[in-house]
Amino acid sequence: MNWEYAPAPESRAIVDLQPSYGLFIDGEFVDPGDGSAFKTVNPATEEVLAEVAAAGPADVDRAVEAARRAQHETWGPMSGAERAKYLFRVARILQERSRELAVLESLDNGKPIRESRDIDVPLSAAYFFYYAGWADKLEYAGFGPSPQPIGVAGQIIPWNFPLLMAAWKLAPALAAGNTSVLKPAETTPLTALVLAEIFQEAGLPPGVVNVVTGAGATGAALVAHPGVAKIAFTGSTDVGKGIQRELAGTGKRLTLELGGKGANIVFEDAPLDQAIEGIVNGIYFNQGHVCCAGSRLLVQESIAELVVEKLKARLQTLRLGDPLDKNTDIGAINSPVQLEKITELAAAGVAEGAERWTSPCALPEHGFWFPPTIFTDVSPSHRIAREEIFGPVLSVLTFRTPEEAVMKANNTPYGLSAGIWTEKGSRILWMAQQLRAGVVWANTFNRFDPTSPFGGYRESGFGREGGRHGLEAYLDV
Amino acid sequence: MSDDRIGVRKTYKLAIGGAFPRSESGRTYVVRAADGGFLANAARASRKDVRDAVVAARKAQVGWAAATAYNRGQVVYRIAEMLEDRRAQFVEAVEAGEGVDARAAGALVDAAVDRLVWYAGWADKVAQVAGSSNPVAGPYFNFSLPEPTGVVGIAAPQESSLLGLVSVVAPAIVTGNATVVVASELRPLPGVTLAEVLATSDLPGGVVNLLTGSLVEVGPVLAAHRDVDALDLCGVPAELVTELEQLAAGSVKRVLRPPAAALDWRERPTPHRMLAFVETKTVWHPVGV
Repeated sequence: MNWEYAPAPESRAIVDLQPSYGLFIDGEFVDPGDGSAFKTVNPATEEVLAEVAAAGPADVDRAVEAARRAQHETWGPMSGAERAKYLFRVARILQERSRELAVLESLDNGKPIRESRDIDVPLSAAYFFYYAGWADKLEYAGFGPSPQPIGVAGQIIPWNFPLLMAAWKLAPALAAGNTSVLKPAETTPLTALVLAEIFQEAGLPPGVVNVVTGAGATGAALVAHPGVAKIAFTGSTDVGKGIQRELAGTGKRLTLELGGKGANIVFEDAPLDQAIEGIVNGIYFNQGHVCCAGSRLLVQESIAELVVEKLKARLQTLRLGDPLDKNTDIGAINSPVQLEKITELAAAGVAEGAERWTSPCALPEHGFWFPPTIFTDVSPSHRIAREEIFGPVLSVLTFRTPEEAVMKANNTPYGLSAGIWTEKGSRILWMAQQLRAGVVWANTFNRFDPTSPFGGYRESGFGREGGRHGLEAYLDV
Repeated sequence: MSDDRIGVRKTYKLAIGGAFPRSESGRTYVVRAADGGFLANAARASRKDVRDAVVAARKAQVGWAAATAYNRGQVVYRIAEMLEDRRAQFVEAVEAGEGVDARAAGALVDAAVDRLVWYAGWADKVAQVAGSSNPVAGPYFNFSLPEPTGVVGIAAPQESSLLGLVSVVAPAIVTGNATVVVASELRPLPGVTLAEVLATSDLPGGVVNLLTGSLVEVGPVLAAHRDVDALDLCGVPAELVTELEQLAAGSVKRVLRPPAAALDWRERPTPHRMLAFVETKTVWHPVGV
C-alpha cells in the first residue's frame, strides 16, 4: 500500500520570532542583571530559533521581590471576582492567539502541530477558563470558610508540554491569590515568553507572574530563595527528590509531579482495535515524552502475539517527520541529551536480552529523531521495564490472571498512571481499585481535563493538579 | 486481703503485628512519673524493631484498606468503647505520667474517647467529602476518590501522652492506613496500654504498631525506610525535623510537619490530619452505546 502524502505544512509566518528574549519581571521584559544567554533550538532542524536570557541569582531575587510586592499590594488584596476577570481574559487571549502558540510550540519543542494545535494550546486556555471561575468561589472548595493564598509560588516546569504545564501551574496559583515566578525548561522557553506578552495584553498587574528563563541553576536559585513560600515542580524523580531534600526544615510548601512507568493492561476480552489505538496513543503521543505514558504494555498471554502483530502493523502507518506538517504523527525528540538517553536505554534493552523491533520509517537528515520501537520478551527486571525512558519505546510484558497483572503493574516505585482494557465492567472497577496510580484510564488513555485531578502515588510525587483538588496546592490549608 | 500485699507490676512492651514483644535488642529505659518517681521500665526499640513493625504494618494495610468503610468506622468506634470501659486505668496512667490531677486527667481521657468517636464517624464520609465526580469536556465518566496512602510513620506528641496519641493515630487509620507509631519518649505508658486496648478491639493486628524508646534513634530509621509511604512528624523536636525530612525525600514520602505552635489537643479537630494521608485517584471511562 502506498502511504505517501503530499506535504501539508502549517505556515510559520504567524510566529514573529525575535532574535533575543529577555526575562519577564514586574510586568516588563528586561535584560538579565547577571547577564548570560543561551540559544533555543528547533529540534527538528537544529536551527537556532532565538537567544534567551539566563537568569542569575540576582535576577531571580528581583523576580521574587516583584512577586512578593504584587502579592501583598495588588493581587492578594484584590477581590476574587476581579482576579477571575483577569484570568478569563487570559483564557480568551490564549484562544485568540492559539494558532501562533501552536506553531511556536511545535517549533521549539518538536511536537507535531496536530498535537500542539488540538491538545496543548486549547487545553491551556481551558485550564485558565476553569480556574478563573474558582477565584471568587474559594470558600466553597472545601478547604475551610476563608481559605488564604500561600504567597509567592516558585513554579518549575518541564519541556514536554511547555505552555500546558505553565497553564497547569499558573491558573490555580493565581486563582487562589498567589503570585508566581515561573521557570520554563531550558530547551523550550518560547511559549512561556509569549504567555508573558499575553499577561501584558490582559493588563495583569505587574509582578503577578514573572518568567525567569534559564537552566538548572536558575531553578535551584528559585528553590533556595527565602522569599518563595511554595515550590511546585514537574520533572524527573531525581530532581524532585533533590528539591524535597533541599526544602527540608524550611517550612516551604511543596508539590511534586515526577516520573512514571505506567502500565497499560490489555485483557483478552478487550475491544482490540480500540486498545491498539489506546496503546499507540499511550506511548507514542508526544514522542513518548509524557510522564504518564503507558510505557509498559501488560498483555494477557493468550492474545499477546496478536496484539504485538497488530501494533507493528499500526506503527508502520505512523508518519514521522516535520512537526509542522499537519499529517505528522511523530515529531522530533526534544534535545540531543534526551535522544542519547533513549538510545542508551534501548541499547540496554537489547543487551539484557529483550527483542527489539523498530518501525522501518526514514528519519530526516537533520534534527533529533527516534523511530517508534517495541520491545518484546521483556522481563520485569530489565532496565527498560523499570526505568522511565521518556521516549517512543514500548516494553511488552505478559500476564495470565488479573492478580498477576495487578502485581506486575504495581511492581514499580512509581505510581502515576495506569490503563485497563476489557469489556467487563466489574473487572475494570476491581482493577481500578487495586492499581496504585493517581490516574486510571479504562478503555481510554492519556485524557486530560482541567476538572480532572492529576498526580501521582509513591515516587511519582504528591499533590494534585486540576479540579477542585488542584486548589489545595495553592491554599494555606 | 491485707493492705501490705505485694503488687504485681506490669511489664511494658512493644506492640508489633498484634503481638507484644520485648525489644529484640533486650534494652529498656526507665520511665519516671511527672514527680520523678519510678514508674516502669519501658522497652527501648531498636532499628530492627522498626523494620519488623514496618513489615507488620505493610502486611496489615492491604486487608484493612479493603475492609468496608462502614466496618472500619465500627472498629474505630469499638476502640472508643474499650477505652471508655477502662477509663479509670487510663485516668491513673495519665495522672501519673503527665502530672495533672485526677479531674484534669479524667477530662483528657474523656476527650480521647470522644476523639475516637468523631473519627469513627468519618470512615464512611471522607470519600464523599474529599471525592468528586468531574465534569470533563468529553464523553467520559470521570471520578476522583481518596485512598489510603499506605504505611504511615507517626511520631506521637511528646506532652499529651494519650489524647495527643489518639488524635494523631485515629485520623491515619480511619481511612485505611496502617501505622508505625513512636510513643512519647518520656510518657510512653498510656500509649502501651492503649495498644493493649487496640489488641482487644477488633482492629486487625499490625494496623497500629507502637514503639517506645528514643526518637533520635528510631526516627531516622523510620524516615529513611523505603516501605514507609508517609510521615507524621508531630512529636519530633525542632532540632530533628530537618534530618527526618531530608531522609523522607529518598522515597518521596508525604510529610506532615510538626505544628508551628504547641497544640491544645482538647480543641475540636478538622479533617486536615485525615486528608494528609490519603491519595486522590482519578478514574476515566468512556460513555457510549
